[in-house]
Amino acid sequence: MSDTHAQTVPYVRDTMLSPQDPPSSQVGVTKWMRENLFDGWVSAVLTVLAVAAIGYAIVHLYPWFANSVWNADSLTQCREILDGATGACWAVIRVNWLQLIFGFYPPDLYWRPVLLFVLLFVAIAPILFPSVPRKVLWFSALYPFLAVWLLWGGSLWTILAVLAGFVIGYLVMVGTHKMGAVVSVGLTILVPVAYWYFLAGPLASGINSVVPIEVTPVASRDFGGFMISVVIGVAGIALSLPLGILLALGRQSNMLLIKWMSVIFIEFVRGVPLITLLFTASLLLNYFLPPGTNFDLILRVIIMVTLFATAYMAEVIRGGLAALPRGQYEAADALGLDYWKAQRLIIMPQALKISIPGIVNTFIGLFKDTTLVVFIGILDPIGRASAIRATSDWQGVYWELFIFIGAVFWIFCFGMSRYSMHLERRLKTDHR
Amino acid sequence: MEAIADRNINRSHMQVSDEVAIQITNMNKWYGQFHVLRDVNMTVNRGERIVICGPSGSGKSTLIRCINRLEEHQAGQIIVDGTELSSDLKNIDKVRSEVGMVFQHFNLFPHLTILENCTLAPIWVRKVPKREAEETAMHFLEKVKIPEQAHKYPGQLSGGQQQRVAIARSLCMKPRIMLFDEPTSALDPEMIKEVLDTMIQLAEEGMTMLCVTHEMGFAQAVANRVIFMDQGQIVEQNEPKEFFNNPQSDRTKLFLSQILGH
Repeated sequence: MSDTHAQTVPYVRDTMLSPQDPPSSQVGVTKWMRENLFDGWVSAVLTVLAVAAIGYAIVHLYPWFANSVWNADSLTQCREILDGATGACWAVIRVNWLQLIFGFYPPDLYWRPVLLFVLLFVAIAPILFPSVPRKVLWFSALYPFLAVWLLWGGSLWTILAVLAGFVIGYLVMVGTHKMGAVVSVGLTILVPVAYWYFLAGPLASGINSVVPIEVTPVASRDFGGFMISVVIGVAGIALSLPLGILLALGRQSNMLLIKWMSVIFIEFVRGVPLITLLFTASLLLNYFLPPGTNFDLILRVIIMVTLFATAYMAEVIRGGLAALPRGQYEAADALGLDYWKAQRLIIMPQALKISIPGIVNTFIGLFKDTTLVVFIGILDPIGRASAIRATSDWQGVYWELFIFIGAVFWIFCFGMSRYSMHLERRLKTDHR
Repeated sequence: MEAIADRNINRSHMQVSDEVAIQITNMNKWYGQFHVLRDVNMTVNRGERIVICGPSGSGKSTLIRCINRLEEHQAGQIIVDGTELSSDLKNIDKVRSEVGMVFQHFNLFPHLTILENCTLAPIWVRKVPKREAEETAMHFLEKVKIPEQAHKYPGQLSGGQQQRVAIARSLCMKPRIMLFDEPTSALDPEMIKEVLDTMIQLAEEGMTMLCVTHEMGFAQAVANRVIFMDQGQIVEQNEPKEFFNNPQSDRTKLFLSQILGH
């Protein structure tokens, strides 16, 4: 006996088969429902239970929304209108919404934050979408200065004097380019700092006394509501990404001192609750600063929130860096790219792409954490809500205010989330 | 070996000059306690095509990676094109821009198109204007026979195509020396031929090449010297014909019988 079937082993295909449509039971709504809703009895029971739960929630919540009262001056009035029925009293939002948005910002100056909010989208457009002309980036770079001027008011010259410090720093960097890295970096940092410390103030007030260009100043304590959340959130987001990149690179550096400084910073800041950093900002910093210095509370909070987010950001980006194959570094090296060019052109674009979900996660976390500033006496939306609920008119209102605040935060965060998904799709080039 | 049997090699430009391209003297390297390269001495003249082979772990990849300082050597001297490799970053960048390297896993930049992969280093390292860099890139992409893929991303190409792009990317820097680190080891048999063809073409044009490979057919066809390494040392080197037909050391004989014997 042979160990194969002589008739069946030799085989030559003479025609290749062309692809055919799948059977009809494998397409359409029936297939979808069977696969997703009723795939076995566990799945069927869960589907029925879930539908029941959703139905129950809708039946109970519907009257509350349906009977909403929009026009009333107090909770008592709301209740009179409702006449015993359950219903939401959205009138509290209608009466107080300007306060919820602007805090105690002077009403005749509301146009300034509103204008800035609109311009914010112009400023971030070229960063978010490559189709926007690159020249708009100049506006993005100037936007922070414009924002500080319009929000806090005061002399335009102060802002320009501060801005001039960056120009001076750039000129020093170009001028000392040939003196070696240490000297160049040192001077690029020292000269502008010295200028800001000694010259910028007198210079600004000097010019302002000759050619005054001023808008009404607004004190930090008048800031509040969503405005303060957006100011702290946007500043924190804009600063924490670049600082986080530097910190992540620092942690991977071959230079031991830089590496250890980065590690200590990250581990310290990550290991401490944000609220303690905020208390430090509001209380302790005053002990360390020279007496008489007026270091703005909001600025201090922005610094602390930024440092906090930076530590997280650095770790997220380190994850992205770790996911890159070593071959990418080697290929960049082998082509003769120096460290910074390799980072900028090869490593960071890929590492940041990998880290997008984590980066946006950190952004969203930071934005929501801005509500913690209520504990150091800044009247953000939560603080405003508590103040509103403490008035005799609205005592007893809970859900409406917090649903409104939650909804506004949700819109911002959902927007960021959608953008990050769009970005991930746009940057997907691996086609695997 | 059969991959290149059907090709006639044009040897008119394959000339070894007296000029020294790479000089390695008493070079040693350790990974921690492990002595990977032991007293390596080697001179490569301009126009030489050298194939380095040996069992895995013999230090052959490490050797050519030392030549553009992807690995640091701890003792001895490596001089490439008159520039000594030391910790001086300027020298390292100079050598790296003169020496092209092709990797086993291609290492193309997946976030850039094929064309951008090829123009990146000329634009940022050589400061070539973008248009000129793109013309050069297209020239070399035509040479490796994939100009039509210029606007695709590496992930859309087959392994063989990716490796040819990697070769084109190196050539765009107009290197005087090319290093190949097992360029065909990660490829399917059908794709090995197209990459080897490209490499043979390069050899025919007189490029100085150091190639770590187990493609003995390639070695016989274009190499002027085959180096056999084991345990971090050069065990034997000879002209390909002598090397294959009349190996001297027992270690070489064993190695050849294992890779050619079946």
